[in-house]
Amino acid sequence: MLELTPKEIMENRHMTINPCKTCEPVGAMFCALGAEKCMPHSHGSQGCCSYHRTVLSRHFKEPAIASSSSFTEGASVFGGRSNVTTAVKNVFDIYKPDIMAIHTTCLSETIGDDVGSYIMDMEIPEGKTVLYASTPSYEGSHIQGFSNMMIGFMKYMTKKTGTPNGKVAIFPGWVNPGDDRELKRIAGLMGAEYIYFPDHDGTLDHPMNGKNEYFHDNAGTKAKDIEALGDCEKLISMGIYCSLEPSEHLKKEYKVPFSNIPVPVGVKLTDQYILELQKFTKKEVPKELEDERGRLVDLMLDSHQYVYKKKAAIYGDPDIVYGFTALCLELGMTPKYIITGTPKAHWEKEIKELMDQYGVDESEYVVKADTDLFYLHQLIKNESVDLLLGSSYGKQIGKAEDIPLVRMGFPVLDRYGNPIQATVGYAGAIRYTEKIVDAMMDRKDRDAADEDFDVVM
Amino acid sequence: MSKERDLLLDKYSSRIFKNRKSHITQLEFGENPDEITANTRAIPGIITARGCCYAGCKGVVVGPVKDSVVITHGPIGCAFYSWGTRRNKAKSSYEGEPNFVPYSFCTDMRASDIVFGGEKKLEEGIDEIMQLFHPKCIFICSTCPIGLIGDDVQAVAKRVEEKYGITAIGYSCEGYKGVSQSAGHHIANNGLMRYVIGKGEEAPKGKYSVNILGEYNIGGDGWEQERILKKIGYEVVSVFTGDGSYETLKNSHLADLNLVMCHRSINYIAEMMKTKYGVDWLKVNFIGVGATSKSLRMMAKYFDDPELTRRTEEVIAEELAEINEDMEFYKSKLKGKTAGIFVGGSRSHHYQMLLRDFGMETTIAGYEFAHRDDYEGREIIPQIKADADSKNIEEISVERAVGYDDRYTVEELVSLRSQGVELDTYDGMIKDMKEGYMVVDDYNMFETDQLIDQYKPDIFFSGIKDKYAIQHGGVVSRQMHSYDYSGPYAGFRGAVNFGRDVTMSLYTNAWSLVKPPWKTMPMLEGTLGGAG
Repeated sequence: MLELTPKEIMENRHMTINPCKTCEPVGAMFCALGAEKCMPHSHGSQGCCSYHRTVLSRHFKEPAIASSSSFTEGASVFGGRSNVTTAVKNVFDIYKPDIMAIHTTCLSETIGDDVGSYIMDMEIPEGKTVLYASTPSYEGSHIQGFSNMMIGFMKYMTKKTGTPNGKVAIFPGWVNPGDDRELKRIAGLMGAEYIYFPDHDGTLDHPMNGKNEYFHDNAGTKAKDIEALGDCEKLISMGIYCSLEPSEHLKKEYKVPFSNIPVPVGVKLTDQYILELQKFTKKEVPKELEDERGRLVDLMLDSHQYVYKKKAAIYGDPDIVYGFTALCLELGMTPKYIITGTPKAHWEKEIKELMDQYGVDESEYVVKADTDLFYLHQLIKNESVDLLLGSSYGKQIGKAEDIPLVRMGFPVLDRYGNPIQATVGYAGAIRYTEKIVDAMMDRKDRDAADEDFDVVM
Repeated sequence: MSKERDLLLDKYSSRIFKNRKSHITQLEFGENPDEITANTRAIPGIITARGCCYAGCKGVVVGPVKDSVVITHGPIGCAFYSWGTRRNKAKSSYEGEPNFVPYSFCTDMRASDIVFGGEKKLEEGIDEIMQLFHPKCIFICSTCPIGLIGDDVQAVAKRVEEKYGITAIGYSCEGYKGVSQSAGHHIANNGLMRYVIGKGEEAPKGKYSVNILGEYNIGGDGWEQERILKKIGYEVVSVFTGDGSYETLKNSHLADLNLVMCHRSINYIAEMMKTKYGVDWLKVNFIGVGATSKSLRMMAKYFDDPELTRRTEEVIAEELAEINEDMEFYKSKLKGKTAGIFVGGSRSHHYQMLLRDFGMETTIAGYEFAHRDDYEGREIIPQIKADADSKNIEEISVERAVGYDDRYTVEELVSLRSQGVELDTYDGMIKDMKEGYMVVDDYNMFETDQLIDQYKPDIFFSGIKDKYAIQHGGVVSRQMHSYDYSGPYAGFRGAVNFGRDVTMSLYTNAWSLVKPPWKTMPMLEGTLGGAG
């Protein structure tokens, strides 16, 4: 496996080999699937839409419904106005969503299609919304596309009535439906009235009920809630790269103050989420949450000897990788290689600050943004690690170098059940502590001589 | 007669009705042959399953060529989505043969490359690839922005060839070209014909040699076919392109016969090799026990050698004996069930034959990107009028190369055809279907759901985009593009795998758990009729 990858590292490559990111539009599509009865629409060639739907379906094991402007050569020359106008008409006719959320592609961006003005000229059925976000594939990554689409929703839908609604807005960033449920549960336990956006709980993990529906009732953030974001008293947003720009938008346009915190993976980051909620609700943290935290810390202490100073390579999207770096540090592990494909250089500094908190010297690890899994593999060939933490695409490196992989982030294409469970919160940290400790202990068992093969561990 | 078709079309607005009515045919087998419209633009917003030209070129045809570096020239997305997602299996054929299939290469263009052009980055990237991997062949596959900003990938390929003395092919397979993946197949075929096929001189050593065309080795299908062919005594010179290699493709013109699996994606090469090198092509189908046996017998008849015929029958008998018991078991589980199948451009036909082996009928079938000949047979080709989208895709013409002769005269070919050897022809899917069955071209999500409601098939074969929606509706769905990570399904042993997989999907216990007991139980048992 990957035996053609040489050990010697080629610096400053122009060719990306085995990417650790994908393009903006899929992020926009994913974001839009977190709004109630919303049809994401891809303004470009139909291949984009097919690819995005496919990777989302493979990750979530759920239908990812979205439509396309189906550009042909003619549209690419003369512009896609008529394609998108026809598409909007047809989608409302046939599939009957409440909202269509259009995102652009490298094709429609390169030819300079002005989707905003096309929308103004469209006949949109009464009570329906058509909105758009610009998501050129040649900038940022899927994370930026997600962020841009959040702003797209707000630009078209959010209002400020002037009467505060007493709610806290929560932007979870790019997480799984299981995470959405967990973050909402914690907010509920903290006694917060909240608006949660986007919300994939129920849209991308719909229960099996024998009904094939394009859109589900009570799944996804409701239109009226997206509208009401402007009346929220406060915003708690998670992840700099998914949520900071949308937070700044909400603050600038609607004067909603925000706290942008990391995606709450592990103990301290979950503490931080709870403290932010507490600042808003001014309520005691309930025993239920404190007990969960206690059980998590108990688990970490009980099992520490199997993970202490174990080296991990953590790769994927900037926000979730930050969270997992924090969890690894809490577990006493050494995050050795911390990698994202998303081209945001500042992220490296944030990781360094986190490592500093635990006194890990810069010489002990490599952090790099805007890079790929080929580079990660080369690093590992020079000095191996005990554990890989990231998407399914690391499995090739895992097999090549005989390193266990614990799957997290996006996309997980080769396992079932992951997106319906939590990664975040104390519950998520319990789940991942177990996964990581299991991986280390399974490895120890696998490699043990018969005389060292213990039943008690 | 066409009750289901009318019910379906009635649900559309007049605008969509007008377009879709000729793409949906309920088979009548009347005086006039059943017709269908195909290979035309998808309606924007309809939720077609189709992909794009790049997907057809890079994803399907050239991506599987294992010893070649396939570079996606464009922003990162397309390279990411087409990385390891098609299950075209490959392994090195000999110690030291490079296998690039697990890798994804991309110029990862940024805004500045879009503004100032990406040729320089592409060339610098190729220099790095030469330094890192020194491949013998490089394919450059363009994504949407490339044609728009005017990068000349052919010129880059030429410079690379001159600089490094390797084969480099620049493909202008931008996603917006044509109306589906089909345009990408055609473009890929043209490049292989121009720059690869005929470049080698290594003649086959075996008495009878073949290429398998349009076999992408999904789930190991190609390997199962090769196993059977080699057991009979054939030499397989090359496979286009599953587990294929530049090194073998370049010798493919020296084989005796081309076997065509996926007619849609590769018929251009089959036709051009016939014209240029005199290699006949035979439409085979190694999906299904009956279909595989029939294909092997046609091959034996083509070569007309009693020893080969005897060996063919011997192998068929051996293989049948090996699978007979399993086939009977799965048939007992599957007989009488019905299926729907929507796949790309060949499987929807091929798998009907395999399903019939188990006593299952396919009442709904459709293609994503086929042309009329894939439905109605090649005799329809002269009647197909090229529209603007098709005309944008280059047609190349070839002439007979010096030193290459036909194996048979025209009269001999006619005679072979009359004996049932499907030479240089394809009869299409419709003729293997029955009255009342539904054929849908460029199917979409809405039609899939409506037809499932009307026909109530026991199982629906489609792709990942449809699978989970269909299953939410309570109907089993299996992926026919990736085989739901199983396979091989080809040949004799593959048929058993398929029977096993379909059986388990239909019979898995969890289907009985969908409804919670309290939905069917009377509430407050024992208190009915009033308390006390």
